Amino acid sequence: MPFDPTIAAIRFGMGLSPTIAPPVSVADMLVRLAGPDTIAAEIPIPTYTDVYPSPLDYRDATRALRAAQGTDAEEAADTHRQQVRQDGHQLLLTHIRSDLTRAAHTQDGFRERLARFWADHFTARPTKGIDRHLVSPYIEEAIRPHVAGNFADMLVAVVGSPMMIWFLDQHQSMGPNSPAARGGDRGLNENLARELLELHTLGVGGAYRQTDVRELAELLTGISANAQRGGYFRPERAEPGAERVLGVDYGGGEPSIEDVNAGLRGIAMHPDTARHLARKLVVHFISPTPDVDLVEAMAARYLENGGVLMGMYEVMLGHEGAWSPDALKVKQPFDFIASSVRALGVPRGKIMTAGQRVIRRSVQIPMTVMGQTWQRPVGPDGWPEEEENWITPQGMAGRITWSMQVPQNLLDRLPDPREFVFTALGPTPPEAVLFAANAAETVSDGVGLVLASAAFQRR
Amino acid sequence: MDRRKFLMGGAVLGCSAAASPFVTPVAMAAAPWDARLVVIILRGAMDGVDVIQPYGDPALAALRPTLFNGEAADLDGFYALHPAFEPLRPLWTAAEFGAVQAVSTPYRDKRSHFDGQDILEAGLPDLTGGGLRDGWLNRMLQVVPGLEPEVAFAIGREQMLVLSGDAPASRWSPDARLMISPNARALLNVVHHDDPLFRDASEDAIAIAEQISLEADLAEETEAMMAGSPMMEAVSRGGEHVKIAEFAASRLRADTRIASFSINGWDTHARQSNGMRRGARALSDTILTLKAGLGSAWDKTAVLCLTEFGRTARENGSGGTDHGTGGAMLFAGGALRGGQVIGDWPGLGDGDLYAGRDLLPTRDVRAHVAWVMRGLIGLDQAVLEQAIFPGLELGPNPGLVR
Repeated sequence: MPFDPTIAAIRFGMGLSPTIAPPVSVADMLVRLAGPDTIAAEIPIPTYTDVYPSPLDYRDATRALRAAQGTDAEEAADTHRQQVRQDGHQLLLTHIRSDLTRAAHTQDGFRERLARFWADHFTARPTKGIDRHLVSPYIEEAIRPHVAGNFADMLVAVVGSPMMIWFLDQHQSMGPNSPAARGGDRGLNENLARELLELHTLGVGGAYRQTDVRELAELLTGISANAQRGGYFRPERAEPGAERVLGVDYGGGEPSIEDVNAGLRGIAMHPDTARHLARKLVVHFISPTPDVDLVEAMAARYLENGGVLMGMYEVMLGHEGAWSPDALKVKQPFDFIASSVRALGVPRGKIMTAGQRVIRRSVQIPMTVMGQTWQRPVGPDGWPEEEENWITPQGMAGRITWSMQVPQNLLDRLPDPREFVFTALGPTPPEAVLFAANAAETVSDGVGLVLASAAFQRR
Repeated sequence: MDRRKFLMGGAVLGCSAAASPFVTPVAMAAAPWDARLVVIILRGAMDGVDVIQPYGDPALAALRPTLFNGEAADLDGFYALHPAFEPLRPLWTAAEFGAVQAVSTPYRDKRSHFDGQDILEAGLPDLTGGGLRDGWLNRMLQVVPGLEPEVAFAIGREQMLVLSGDAPASRWSPDARLMISPNARALLNVVHHDDPLFRDASEDAIAIAEQISLEADLAEETEAMMAGSPMMEAVSRGGEHVKIAEFAASRLRADTRIASFSINGWDTHARQSNGMRRGARALSDTILTLKAGLGSAWDKTAVLCLTEFGRTARENGSGGTDHGTGGAMLFAGGALRGGQVIGDWPGLGDGDLYAGRDLLPTRDVRAHVAWVMRGLIGLDQAVLEQAIFPGLELGPNPGLVR
């Protein structure tokens, strides 16, 4: 099956747009991805390192309040601390606006999809209410710069990020024989090591055993985080001696972050990691039952290229199954909403200035009803891929209600459904959708039927 | 991950089952039994040794210097109840709340939440051979032909594998609403005509939304009953889990006989005392809300609370516990014989632990579930050991059902 611009935009991008042309070839998609991240420059999201309010801002505000307790300055300190908290909440809403705007207006939809894919692969949930606005900065810093780069670099960045360290309790872990543990009663925590092997690299069917989890947990000791320094290495917590992970020894001399990173880079190049990542990509983009030869070809390219991801993408997009007219995947709730906003042509300024209430009612609450609470998957394995998980009676109620009710709140004037059906679905929409778009009794029902249709919900 | 294989199998067969979806907004024929079974999946691996504390075991104190702190009050001379579960003590006293100790599914050694939950909900000995196709609650429904979908309800945002499979079951979350004009609804049928997944989900959504609005009076009645129940005074506050329990109770008082949902947040690697307090409150609120909402049907109800595995016997360096093996099943309901902790205690001493680290499971938790199903619904041994829980040996009756 040959390349198709409509499929390229819908299956591998953020959907069709009334103002932005779809990609013209696989080479076009890859050239854009290899080039600068234009939309991120236009719609910036702060990185974890740059973000205000940071955990340190909040800690300082808390300390200042404690110091001022019982003095005249207490009220001002309390107001300031409230303000820091409020600023974090406001920033969270801005992240949602930014993500929607990027998705609706990018010329490089494949990058947007990959950023979401890898952010899900490396799911990190905030562990404190005050950290909720830090997920997007974590993605901006640790994930997004590497989606067209090397997987090992992404892995190293993620494991060094405070968000992942806190989420999987790495800051609690110390080598049982380390200087830090000797005086106290604290010890090893295997959580990050286990998820790293099970989810992030080899996969649960991979060739690792409990001893590898244990050794990797010991290798990771020393990795820690706090509000002041972010992610950093504490040699006094590192387990002395070399650790043998998947048959390779790491470290053994003076404890160093370099030993940890060498281990991560080694695990990244394990053949089971290559296969796990390839399979996940195909399942995410193309089919719940991936073509075995495609997965093997992608894994082989990854290993040949030393973990560079572009080659794997190229193999995937070059496969004929990528362009099959059968749409076997369902858009997850955020992608459904974002691709609707894109098809509706909601202007940048309109999204970026949407009020708190609009964001709540058009994005946050509907996403929860559809089963995908914003940036809060249940566990470290991220959101499920299976269509049955999303297209449930309840999920469908959420999608139908959004389609029928929300577009009119986002636009002063809805598009004509007779044209919108082509804008949203391309030059050859299914007959039934074309009929319904023409037969609806109101414009909002007509637009709603297009958006609620399986043809729009699938990719 | 075989979850996908399982879902694929379910989907293919689910399409034919959904040829008779939930279209009539009138209450339909009930199941041929009257007992209610509620299965709560405690996701994240609940620490059974902390909830039902074996204070009579001399090794406990050394293993858990901070978690075992003497605050738990006695249950039966050997076990004590974690203080955060005290709201359930009146049920213990009334023999409507109890526990089974030192049990687990057949899952061993890899200690993955996701595989552990798959095995728990599939009810299988392991995940090999691509055998994961449906959940054990669904297989139970399959052995009773002709059931209507609302006999079983999966509730909440999450997919419940335990209730997925060929037999039709309903799924809903109490916070969903559906807004669509009659004309658009008719056109939506046209649009989805050739896509069974979307067609069935949309039809079910519309039918359930209608049925729920028709049964608004039933819901009001539930609310009135709950307001008048002294049990509800113990429910600390509202929340997602209370809404789910209220919804479950309202369905179970009508034609629903089986309900299943999850309570998450048991993965207490660090600062377990905090996590346990939150989990205990959610679970206590849920059970008390079910009791209040079910009214007289509580006497025919069995609530089983299952988790994917237990946690390490020894507390870790951060005031928590890591993934382990043996754990506890909690149960409640007037149909069960509460006020007792069932199970052979393996001990926590040197050489007693599984792999030198975990509580040793002394029985397959599926046996207890099977005996409850046998007692409530009268399923026979062969069906339980072959169709519902393949590879299970039912063994002696643990005496859970009244």
